[in-house]
Amino acid sequence: MTDTTSVFENSPEAEFGDYVALLKPRVMSLVVFTALTGLLVAPVSVHPLVGFAAILFIALGGGASGALNMWWDADIDRIMRRTRNRPIPAGKVSEGEALGFGLALSGISVVMLGLAANWFAGAFLAFTIFFYVVVYTMWLKRSTPQNIVIGGAAGAFPPMIGWAVATGGISVESVLMFMLIFMWTPPHFWALALFMKSDYAEADVPMLTVTHGRKATRTHILVYTLLLAPFALALAATSIGGPVYLAASLVLNAMFIAGALRIRRRDEAAAEADGYRVEKRFFGFSLSYLFLHFVALLAEAGLAQFGWGGW
Amino acid sequence: MAFQEEHELHKRRFGRNLGLGIVLALFVALVFGLTIVKVGGERPQPAPAGAPAATEAGK
Repeated sequence: MTDTTSVFENSPEAEFGDYVALLKPRVMSLVVFTALTGLLVAPVSVHPLVGFAAILFIALGGGASGALNMWWDADIDRIMRRTRNRPIPAGKVSEGEALGFGLALSGISVVMLGLAANWFAGAFLAFTIFFYVVVYTMWLKRSTPQNIVIGGAAGAFPPMIGWAVATGGISVESVLMFMLIFMWTPPHFWALALFMKSDYAEADVPMLTVTHGRKATRTHILVYTLLLAPFALALAATSIGGPVYLAASLVLNAMFIAGALRIRRRDEAAAEADGYRVEKRFFGFSLSYLFLHFVALLAEAGLAQFGWGGW
Repeated sequence: MAFQEEHELHKRRFGRNLGLGIVLALFVALVFGLTIVKVGGERPQPAPAGAPAATEAGK
């Protein structure tokens, strides 16, 4: 009886919520929102249940890649403060379980998306999972300071998949939605890296702040913010853009560039003095920046229903 | 009377099984719904009045 009790006490058996945590629910919310926008602004209508299922399986595929990311990165997740409480480093889920869980959900999500929507969208989801797990997590994350730049593509694919669910293909609109998230990702994460510096350094992840210094990171944030603006504004000229989107994008880009300029002008002493207030505010605003761009696209699609959207 | 002591582990395991059961039930319902939508969408529509009937000679 004593033996049985000790087995129970030391059992790593996870709760249902631990498996949900493996799917990175917070990242999933961004995937759901951008994929749903891609689906809703597309010029082809989809049956509501098919659309619901498609978004669900895109989210599940994103979650599966999150579980595979946690399986591969368990060693560095144990070191970083931000990730120490994830299910694997916390000892709630074993690495093998996370691998099996991630692989099974990847297969289910891809096949079900192919069956529910179309096989182009299914293949696109499979490629996205491959890109995030193999290209970003296994290859780039630990080998180059450009990890965030290229890895950001994985997070930028969901609106293209949503668009592909409706149209069965790719177009300039979906590519520009991809570019919007792709170019937004580096300044967003580098701002985070500026005020979370010790974590990445301790885990030996070659973040730009560690390899090229913090001044270079500040310059990179400004350069990428400037490069992002034309792609964001170009969406206004496409079939899914319009005056509402253009006005929103002009204001948001002006504010984002102003924030990047403030970051560029500061040195470490000033940042340390006020607890990285400007960097933290820029990071917070970057979330609103992306969210509001997609809300503006949805607004254009909504207005179009009444004959008001677009040009 | 319970045959063995209920341990905290059993509660955790029950919660997990219940969660999995609910997820599976919802999945079955979703696949059923998708099947209805997909099969229903392919139902042949009756030809509109006055439309020429498709015949071998019409090929």
